Amino acid sequence: MTVRRKSATLHLSVLAALVALFFILPPYHSGNLSRIMVLAIYAMGFNILFGYTGLLSLGHAMFFAAGMYGFGLSINLGGAPLPVAFLIGMASATALAAVTGFLALRTTGVAFMIVTLMFAQTAYLVVLYFGSYTRGDEGFVIQSAERMIFGIDLTTEGARYVTALLLFSACFLALARVIGSPFGRTLVAIRENEERARMLGYDTGVHKLKAMILSGLISGIAGAAYAMLFGYVGATFATVQYSIFPLLWVLLGGAGTTIGPLLGVFFMFYLIDFSSSVTTAYMLVAGVVLVLLTMFAPQGLMGEMRKRVFPWLP
Amino acid sequence: MEFGPHLMLASLEGAVIASVLVLTSMGLSIVFGVMRVVNVAHGEFYMLGAVLAWYVTSLLGGHPAVGFVAALVVAPLLVGLIAALSDRVILKHLKYDADRTIVATIGLLYIIQQTTLMTFGPDARPVEPPFNHRLALPWFEFGEGGFAMYWPWGLSTTSYKLFVIAAAAVVLVALWLLITRTKIGLIMRATQQDSETAQAFGIPVGRVYSMVFGLGAALAALGAVLVVPIQQAHYLMGADPLLLSFIVVIIGGLGSLPGTVVAALLIGMSDGIISVFFSPTLAKILATFLVAMVLVWRPQGLFGRSAT
Amino acid sequence: MSNGTSKKTDLNRRTALKGIGAGALLATGAMPGSLGFAQAQSSAPIRIGFQKHATGIGAAYGRWYDATTQAAVKRINDMGGINGRPVEIVVEDDGTDPKRGAEVLEKFANQHKVDVAFGTLFSHVVIGSAPRAGELKLPYFVVSEGHHVASGMLNRYTLQPGITDVKSQVQSMAPFVANNLGKKVTMIFPDFAFGHDHRDFFSAAIEAQGGEVVAKIAVPPAETSFTRYFPQIPRDTDVVYHVMVGPAVLTFVKELGEFFGPSRPEIFGFIDSLEAVDIQSPGLEFLEGTYFWEGNPRHAQENNSEFDTAYRAAVGVDARGASLDDPKDVSTYAHMFGCWETLNVIKAGMETADYQGPQDRAKLIGAVEAMTDLPHSLDHPQGAKLFNGKTHQVFGAQFISKVTDGTLKVEHTASIEDGMYEDEVDYTAQSF
Repeated sequence: MTVRRKSATLHLSVLAALVALFFILPPYHSGNLSRIMVLAIYAMGFNILFGYTGLLSLGHAMFFAAGMYGFGLSINLGGAPLPVAFLIGMASATALAAVTGFLALRTTGVAFMIVTLMFAQTAYLVVLYFGSYTRGDEGFVIQSAERMIFGIDLTTEGARYVTALLLFSACFLALARVIGSPFGRTLVAIRENEERARMLGYDTGVHKLKAMILSGLISGIAGAAYAMLFGYVGATFATVQYSIFPLLWVLLGGAGTTIGPLLGVFFMFYLIDFSSSVTTAYMLVAGVVLVLLTMFAPQGLMGEMRKRVFPWLP
Repeated sequence: MEFGPHLMLASLEGAVIASVLVLTSMGLSIVFGVMRVVNVAHGEFYMLGAVLAWYVTSLLGGHPAVGFVAALVVAPLLVGLIAALSDRVILKHLKYDADRTIVATIGLLYIIQQTTLMTFGPDARPVEPPFNHRLALPWFEFGEGGFAMYWPWGLSTTSYKLFVIAAAAVVLVALWLLITRTKIGLIMRATQQDSETAQAFGIPVGRVYSMVFGLGAALAALGAVLVVPIQQAHYLMGADPLLLSFIVVIIGGLGSLPGTVVAALLIGMSDGIISVFFSPTLAKILATFLVAMVLVWRPQGLFGRSAT
Repeated sequence: MSNGTSKKTDLNRRTALKGIGAGALLATGAMPGSLGFAQAQSSAPIRIGFQKHATGIGAAYGRWYDATTQAAVKRINDMGGINGRPVEIVVEDDGTDPKRGAEVLEKFANQHKVDVAFGTLFSHVVIGSAPRAGELKLPYFVVSEGHHVASGMLNRYTLQPGITDVKSQVQSMAPFVANNLGKKVTMIFPDFAFGHDHRDFFSAAIEAQGGEVVAKIAVPPAETSFTRYFPQIPRDTDVVYHVMVGPAVLTFVKELGEFFGPSRPEIFGFIDSLEAVDIQSPGLEFLEGTYFWEGNPRHAQENNSEFDTAYRAAVGVDARGASLDDPKDVSTYAHMFGCWETLNVIKAGMETADYQGPQDRAKLIGAVEAMTDLPHSLDHPQGAKLFNGKTHQVFGAQFISKVTDGTLKVEHTASIEDGMYEDEVDYTAQSF
């Protein structure tokens, strides 16, 4: 089987597994999986920039929040119908990513990290500043009545899972496509050695900007989806820790792999869930796991698989 | 309050903030400059300094000054040791790879924070300053008889805050002497300039790294011990200093110690002064955005040499 | 930390759906409780999920909320439980985070299979979790002080029957401040939703009393030094009104004292600034002679009710509101009573509704909505209450204390009526 065939089979199997799990799992775990899939979209968005292009941003929470607030404010203040609000959320995140890319991509390495962090902090403070519209850190609720599409109530367990799965699949397959395309391979080349890519004639600046915009768009989709499916919009999601989470998820699952983000979210969620039933010190457990993982399995779960067992893993 | 006294008050407060910030960010700058790693747990070392200061002063009791002096010595030492240990056990193993160090130090952050929560608890606890007197400050105005002094309502500072400013200056001078005049400082600077060549000259780079990491953490802890009588010790207090230190180090320029000092002064003072003119949240928005823009147009920072 | 010991049930999707469907049928109240849906577990415990701020910014409160909860449950169980069944508390940490809060509610409903959830304090966690409570049809009793329940933002499953809300608190302070302390007020508050609520509600209330807010000083969140904000206080201020929260409050109070020195205006603060902090801490001397709103007087007063005395003993705090084991360990006395009273309301509601299991959740809510007068008793040691079933919010007395010789002495008690305002929602008109 060609690599391409193998990758496609793998991806479709993952999706098939997610479909099957809906029927197998008890309601608690299928509910978790809905949430995990939405957050995995966020992780995948981050992965494009970090895992494939090699740019570590510490400000992705602003894209997630842009999608979330774009969606939420459109519905609550603008009275927009749900699909329109979702598109506005996507557009907000994309626009923000474009502006950020324009400015921040003039820097690299640690300076890039700090600039994206500062932009995200600014976005957070702006949300607080316009508290009369956004209700600031407290946030606001999107009533169930608003979260209906074509007469289907998105707040039921089944509809939520299906919607999350559909969104996840769309992003997952689209990104897999992008990664396999010449554009995706150029991104990897830029990650490996930007100078060399430039010398070979690629316009690395444009490529990085496009990667940033795509990354921001996907993150915004996750934010809008979260607001849509879980009914809450708040400034907490624009804080620094929500920029750190996707980094952790991607690193755990395997940066630069397609399945890594999903696995990372899944692993981290259940690690916290499981250890919190054993001790209140679950963040301690998470910290120890992180240290051990990065010391002994630095490529992340899928990355190690790729290194040791399946070299063709996308 | 009139504009003049208000500005003076804001400047004094800014100077206190800048003093603590200088120490904390010097710690980060040294680590950054010599080892080229991002230590996300730097804020937690700061927090540990404050928490340990509380433990020391509580244990010793008696006059606050006794406990405070002891804390000034003990806390940075202990924190430095913990940091050096982390370096030996964790960071060395990672061969100081940039991404992995970030993740490892994030893990370290969680570990330190949670352990502190489990032992010290979630409350914010105060530490008594060794001395503290309110000092009303005079202002000048043009009266009929020329220059006259008067004491505006509310324009004051405390003796302890002035002490903090002085102490930070002393520590900075000591640090500068250490780096430029001693053998250890020479070794550190050599390792920073070119670690391979330094190693070829027989410098035990591994051990230097541990020492530097420890020194960086100790400086942060020292800053925290100085500030804890003004603020309180709380297990989440490391987040803000971490952010600010990073900003200072990057703005000042990687590997430039004078740059760090200037940037710390700039950022510490401006934080207070801008809020005289603008509403605080708006001021913070502007300040944060400005920092980002400085980096966008001058990625090597104000004093940095070339891009990393 | 106690925790539910339920194993993962092997309920598969189909039976779960059937169960929910049947429960919904029963919940419409169309049929009497016993129709063969054998809940023959009359001795099985009633499980209450406690959403605790064990870590994060709310951890200091979470600790005391837990202590009060455990004490209240012990008392209920010693008296025979609810409908003859013992009460079991299942604790989960929400990290004072809205995302985790919602996840924890899902865990309560679907994995731990609790009967009701309760106990949240911080508003952003409540607002983040409440939508899920509504979707899961899980009664969610919050102890939050936020106005969000009564504002209509939430849903019919979320109630706040144990603690008054900030609008009511602020409003009832205005007459005393205007008549006793002064008409020109400077407000210092944190620059986020909680602070904005104080700013908006108090401005309206003081103006209704003929007063005026001469300056509104918003302090950014996570601020650690405050002196540079104080110059904005106008010279002609009669009263400084402050309500800072968070770990830096002690610094705030100290620096306020240092700023004014010997000549200060009247000062009125909310005890939120000093929850879990000893009034007699060094640096707080200047608080002598200043006033505080107290949800529940921390220091036992001369005419203290027997209920308050018994409550203190049960929870383990002394006459100064500090832990019996460590007098330096001051409790969050003005808020934690809400847990005690809420649990007693849950008990009363379950007994009125003859609650047997999750299929009776709607009946339970209906029973609580029907409550009105809650008399002063050991069930409600803070004072008599009036519950508004339509807005799901309870109203009660508020206390104004003056720091006199290092002790908080109640000078004025605002009545329940002082804090009432027009209904902003009618949850009873909403369907379940």
